[in-house]
Amino acid sequence: MGNPVVQRRMLKVSGLAILLALWWIGGYLIARNPATKSFASFGLVPTIKVIPALWEAGKIQSAVLASGRRLGTGLLIAIVIGVPIGILVGRSKRFRNFSNSPFQFLRMISPLSWTPLAVLVFTSWDQSIVFLIAIASVWPVMFSTAAGLAKVDPAWFKVARNLGAKPRHLLTRIILPAITFDVLTGIRLALGVAWIVLVPAEFLGVTSGLGYAIENAREGMEYAHLMAYVLVIGAVGYVLDGVCVMLIRRFSWRHGN
Amino acid sequence: MGIRGVQIKIEGLTHRYSSRGPVTFNRVDLEAKPGEALAIIGRSGCGKSTLLHIIAGLLRPTEGTIRLDRVLVEGPSPRWVMMFQAPHLFPWMKVAQNVGVGLGFGRWSKNEIRERVAEALRLVELQGFAESNVQDLSGGQQQRVALARSLVMEPELLLLDEPFSALDAFTRSSLQHDVRSITKRLGINLVIVTHDIDEAVLMADRALIMAGSPGSIVHELDVDLPDPREREDPAVQALRAHLMAAFQEAASVKPHASGDGGQHESVSEDKSFANMN
Repeated sequence: MGNPVVQRRMLKVSGLAILLALWWIGGYLIARNPATKSFASFGLVPTIKVIPALWEAGKIQSAVLASGRRLGTGLLIAIVIGVPIGILVGRSKRFRNFSNSPFQFLRMISPLSWTPLAVLVFTSWDQSIVFLIAIASVWPVMFSTAAGLAKVDPAWFKVARNLGAKPRHLLTRIILPAITFDVLTGIRLALGVAWIVLVPAEFLGVTSGLGYAIENAREGMEYAHLMAYVLVIGAVGYVLDGVCVMLIRRFSWRHGN
Repeated sequence: MGIRGVQIKIEGLTHRYSSRGPVTFNRVDLEAKPGEALAIIGRSGCGKSTLLHIIAGLLRPTEGTIRLDRVLVEGPSPRWVMMFQAPHLFPWMKVAQNVGVGLGFGRWSKNEIRERVAEALRLVELQGFAESNVQDLSGGQQQRVALARSLVMEPELLLLDEPFSALDAFTRSSLQHDVRSITKRLGINLVIVTHDIDEAVLMADRALIMAGSPGSIVHELDVDLPDPREREDPAVQALRAHLMAAFQEAASVKPHASGDGGQHESVSEDKSFANMN
């Protein structure tokens, strides 16, 4: 028990083990009860059993790929829009005062409530989903960027100017490296929101992606398949978050902070 | 290494922060020979720090001119570099990257930057720290990095704005000694703003006393002492007493109006920050 690393790993594994055990117990109870027996394939064992077949048929991969493409595009749009506007918000007090109310107002609107509008405006379902992801993710990216900029020491600009920095140097050598940590933190938050928005958005007209796969399995009453996709959603989200945490650690210069 | 410094000629320098605001200092004239080390001593509020920021090109004078070897100062330049009260190092860069940051703004090859950074780190005796994180250094070491970051630009004039006031006495003393010996060896000009009379005596060839509101240079004194200068040396002590007397006399001739001390002293970050836009 002495080694804290081993101890931490043990805790992580046992947390996950308890979750799986609860699932297994739930499935077992459902299967035992004659009234709920027809839903038995929601359980852990049936779900695990169908995963190899789904994988071999390439269904999991193609669903993850389709969802990942939408997620990636939406996030990219959110970053391309959110980071520059965040810098502007953080850097210019006038712009901050001017933009704060509308931004806070828009931020509070549930991303999915834009769905009818998105469907009307965009010609394809794909575009609508990307729009929903982008509008959900842009706020965390923007506000994190702005908050990062607020922590930038104004003296750094003075020092840099004093050493001959041009305005573009202030952006590329000072502002961007100084806020990378905050931008990545914003992207991590955005990823969480986007991943949550993605699945219900894919219940809409598209015929690919994890949300579609779940909806399709439900309609076909293939509950084990449905749960397998749910499992994949959780696992992919977990991995993506882990990648974000790794990047944040890599770019964090605030030691012990 | 010979004299690499510049002739400084300041004429009729006047400054006010806003067109209706009070005058920070009025018609300051000042000259210095190439390689000369000047100390400007004064209380808070006399405008000495503002004067230094104007010489560095970080603030604009309301009237008057500064010429360095007949070149008009109209903005910052790697030829005249300022060091601030705090080191303000970039925490996401290693020591060597911090030192080379100014070269990175210019057209220097990676090899040239590496060589000059190594040389600058040698000058400030931090050769073994090139790859260290700046957060892991002591306050004195951080200020040495800031010094190396200034020296690597090979400036002709180094401006110091109370750069050692946040350090402990021992570290301050060794840095005062080192900065003087390095600038003398390189032959570059030094202008140091301080409220510490010891610092002026230990580091300068000439001390100027700035007082009054609006500020002006009310007294000057040659600090003609051999190097290295030790605080305990009777000649240093005598000059210190002399300068102290002059300082107190200046203060009594031009007493501060009650309550306005410090009004214009600090060059606020906001002002210089706004300036860059």
